Amino acid sequence: MRIQLRYFASLREALGAGETFEWADPPQPPTLGALRDHLAARGGRHAQALARPRALRCALDQTMRDESTPVHDGAEVAFFPPVTGG
Amino acid sequence: MPTPPRVRIQTADFDLAAEAASLRAGDAGVGAVVGFVGTVRDRHGSAAPSAADRVETMELEHYPGMTERAIESMIDEAMRRFDIRAARVVHRVGPLQPLDQIVLVVVASAHRGQAFQACEFLIDYLKTQAPFWKKETTPEGAGWVDARVADDEALARWGIGAGNAGPGSGTP
Repeated sequence: MRIQLRYFASLREALGAGETFEWADPPQPPTLGALRDHLAARGGRHAQALARPRALRCALDQTMRDESTPVHDGAEVAFFPPVTGG
Repeated sequence: MPTPPRVRIQTADFDLAAEAASLRAGDAGVGAVVGFVGTVRDRHGSAAPSAADRVETMELEHYPGMTERAIESMIDEAMRRFDIRAARVVHRVGPLQPLDQIVLVVVASAHRGQAFQACEFLIDYLKTQAPFWKKETTPEGAGWVDARVADDEALARWGIGAGNAGPGSGTP
């Protein structure tokens, strides 16, 4: 499954703006939370930025979703810290 | 004349009076215009100010495309909930300094009550659901601003779980 990953704010500083990621053998259902755990399991700066219990939010195809939402091939997935606009 | 966009994300400053005038232009059904302007503040006035309270610059980051769409859907929700005739949001990004304007919400309606409510609803919604991030630089260094539980609580008054600083869903 091919995912377009995007990171913002402190996650962007730690991991870069994003990457195209090939998710081999994703679990069923392939949720946003499972993707987060899979990326964190890469270790190093990915673990530091994405591992629990850090409070993060995520978006699927540019809409805020919770981590139980399944992703699909070709999805744009973003991870970022809680938002602080306004 | 084309309809002006309801949402603008820009580095440039904005003018409340000009935006209010343009929002109600040509609509004699409007009897009330309510505007909210958010500005960059430092924390000098806090109880025990320290160097960390002296904000020198604030950098605003957003998610191009998603930010605009998220605020568009917030305006759609405000139009469903309140009897308003028009609404507009302008949000600045990039480097800002204390005293600078950050965000503008303007709402026009027939009577004041709905415009006041819709304006407060929109800024409460935007605070916890629009993808923006603030980074402050003080004499002690640069750091990302933490989300506030009080902002989640403000949105909860409208029956929406924010799930930003604390747990919740983010959907009405």
